[in-house]
Amino acid sequence: MSNQFKDTPEQKKQLDEVFEGLKNVPGSLMKAMQKAQDIYGYLPIEIMQRIAEACKVPVEEVYGIATFYAQFNLEPMGKYKIGICLGTACYVKGSGVLLDRVKERLHIEPGRTTEDMMFTLEATRCIGCCGLAPVLTVNGDVYGNLVPEDLDRIFAQYNA
Amino acid sequence: MKQVNLKINGIPVTVDAGTRILDAAKKAGVNIPTLCYLKDVTNDGSCRMCVVEVTGAKNLVTSCFATVKEGMEVFTNTPKVLASRKTTLELILSNHDQNCLSCVRSTNCELQKLAVEYGCDSYKYKGEKNQYPLDDSNPYLIRDNNKCILCRRCVAVCNKIQTVSAIGPNFRGFKTEIGSVFGHNLDATGCVACGQCIKVCPVGALYEKDDTARVMEAILDPEKFVIVGTAPAVRVGLGEEFGYPIGSDVQGKMVTSLRRLGFDKVFDVNMTADLTIMEEGTELLSRLDDKNATLPMITSCSPGWINFIETYYPDLVGHLSSCKSPQQMFGAVMKTYYAEKFGIDPAKMVVVTVMPCTAKKTEVLRDHHKASGYPDVDITITTRELARLLKRQSINLATLEESDFDDPIGKGSSAGNLFGTTGGVMEAALRTVAYVVNGKNLDKLDFKAVRGMKGIKEAKVKLDNGVEVKVAVVHSLANARKIMEDIKAGKSKYHFIEVMACPGGCINGGGQPIVSSEILNNVDVRELRAKAVYARDKKAPLRLSHENPIMKTLYDEYFGKPNSHKAHEILHTTYKAQDAKIK
Repeated sequence: MSNQFKDTPEQKKQLDEVFEGLKNVPGSLMKAMQKAQDIYGYLPIEIMQRIAEACKVPVEEVYGIATFYAQFNLEPMGKYKIGICLGTACYVKGSGVLLDRVKERLHIEPGRTTEDMMFTLEATRCIGCCGLAPVLTVNGDVYGNLVPEDLDRIFAQYNA
Repeated sequence: MKQVNLKINGIPVTVDAGTRILDAAKKAGVNIPTLCYLKDVTNDGSCRMCVVEVTGAKNLVTSCFATVKEGMEVFTNTPKVLASRKTTLELILSNHDQNCLSCVRSTNCELQKLAVEYGCDSYKYKGEKNQYPLDDSNPYLIRDNNKCILCRRCVAVCNKIQTVSAIGPNFRGFKTEIGSVFGHNLDATGCVACGQCIKVCPVGALYEKDDTARVMEAILDPEKFVIVGTAPAVRVGLGEEFGYPIGSDVQGKMVTSLRRLGFDKVFDVNMTADLTIMEEGTELLSRLDDKNATLPMITSCSPGWINFIETYYPDLVGHLSSCKSPQQMFGAVMKTYYAEKFGIDPAKMVVVTVMPCTAKKTEVLRDHHKASGYPDVDITITTRELARLLKRQSINLATLEESDFDDPIGKGSSAGNLFGTTGGVMEAALRTVAYVVNGKNLDKLDFKAVRGMKGIKEAKVKLDNGVEVKVAVVHSLANARKIMEDIKAGKSKYHFIEVMACPGGCINGGGQPIVSSEILNNVDVRELRAKAVYARDKKAPLRLSHENPIMKTLYDEYFGKPNSHKAHEILHTTYKAQDAKIK
């Protein structure tokens, strides 16, 4: 179980509102899961149990869906989510080297989060801006045409 | 219903619109192999074994899923079809733990049978193999995902038939695995131990925890007095493991085989099924008399059901009869009354039961089931384990003479024997309740309304004191959930409800012989086994629990009367919430 999980009264209220809004919508399980992840950043077991109860499905079904789709996180995410594109164009332009450098810098593998909960590293598929290859995103902000030396400048903006 | 004409391998056949191609083929006398399809349980179309060629269709068609169309031409055995099935099998085998020689399902494995039929090369595709740890976290079954072929039958039976949903498909692609939430083992989930997943598994990915070695250890220990008791459903299942047709009653040979194994006494748990009727019937009558009593009262014989209500309806356990199950009463009587009467130290007594049930392995471990200070029952094995043990000891049921249970305490009535099938506890109880209230036996002992495989059955019995008792009989936990929701909503109109966790009752319990889908898709195995149970009742000299002479002995010599203080101490228990589960 996720020992760290604590939710705030505001988060709880937001989730209840999500459930209320989806109450009469058939097949709203995915929607509920996405909205819950928007609120909490990930789907801990406690939240999956609440979703299961609200949507009247077994919690195992929620877990099955959460592990099937890459969009769902089972662990808490860092404050900054770094995505490094490993699509074909980015890869031939050197994004593999970028990924290695970031791994060394943060001491984590793709899919993991730093101990201080600041950064989560993701190796992504093509994000659709090959003209800027190789690209890196931080919480959706795109940095393109990168060389490894650019990383210091980028990380400086995020206090690392 | 609109009729549709089509041809299967050139054979014309007419079926209802909406019929699956697989079933239409059956009507034309053509068998299509399946690995995932199971009638009334699942047709997800995940295994691709049932593919067929349909004229005009671009790709092969999944016949367990696709329905018939007017004028359709279907070919089930073309080279293209056979090649596709063979490749499918070889790909499954490429990620399958192939220690088949000593696998518990060897020679009874649906994958193995097809692999032989299709002339597969087990090692054709070499590459990465998934490696999974065994889940042996619980006392009743083992999950071995290294053998799993992802057919999802276990998931369907757990979700749809039992509404427990302890397992499901997690992750995706090559990493897909059947498992529980957050990778927890079964013991952390709301699994109720019914074992229905084992019965539908086509391969050796699910199997009972084997306790046969413990049985032999006890038998071979000269210090130990080892008693065995058999459940009603075992005698109508065991024969199948020795080549008898489904629905053969092999009681006499089973008794001989147990004696040959070396048990000191061979008794029948039907005897304590009779005792259950005495206790439970009396409890029902006193609840009917008491305006404040909790009604409906629900039977407590099925440990899968007990696990279910304690986990999913903990606030409603007060509806359960306080009776222990016949198995636990059996052990309790052996280690108290019988031990005292024959001067046997209960510490040196080992009570073994043979049950059609995996959940019994959880029941023997329950707290407070220690009437003598020692566990009521020490070891319980399933019908399948007994067959395995007999074969290991070179005892062939077919060649044995018949014999009877040991006198006098080892014998039960055919009413007790009815406990083996859905409706049986109710029928036995009504026979005795009517006698107690009316002062005489019913003219007609058969209660046809509670027999058969309908999911929820109802009956009314008017007693001579003017009371009309309304009863219901349910089997499978999806049906149990329905009646529990009614009770929760205050809508239940019944006085007494029989619940058995497994579909069809104990005859189809999680510990019974495994029947391949090829047979399950064509005959109702439950009906055949139930027929054998009713056949024994029809010809039995003793058809009433209260007329079993042992009941009189037990109450005269030991318990006083049903529901006495002593009976409560030894034969009853308390059921309570199981709440530390992820569900």
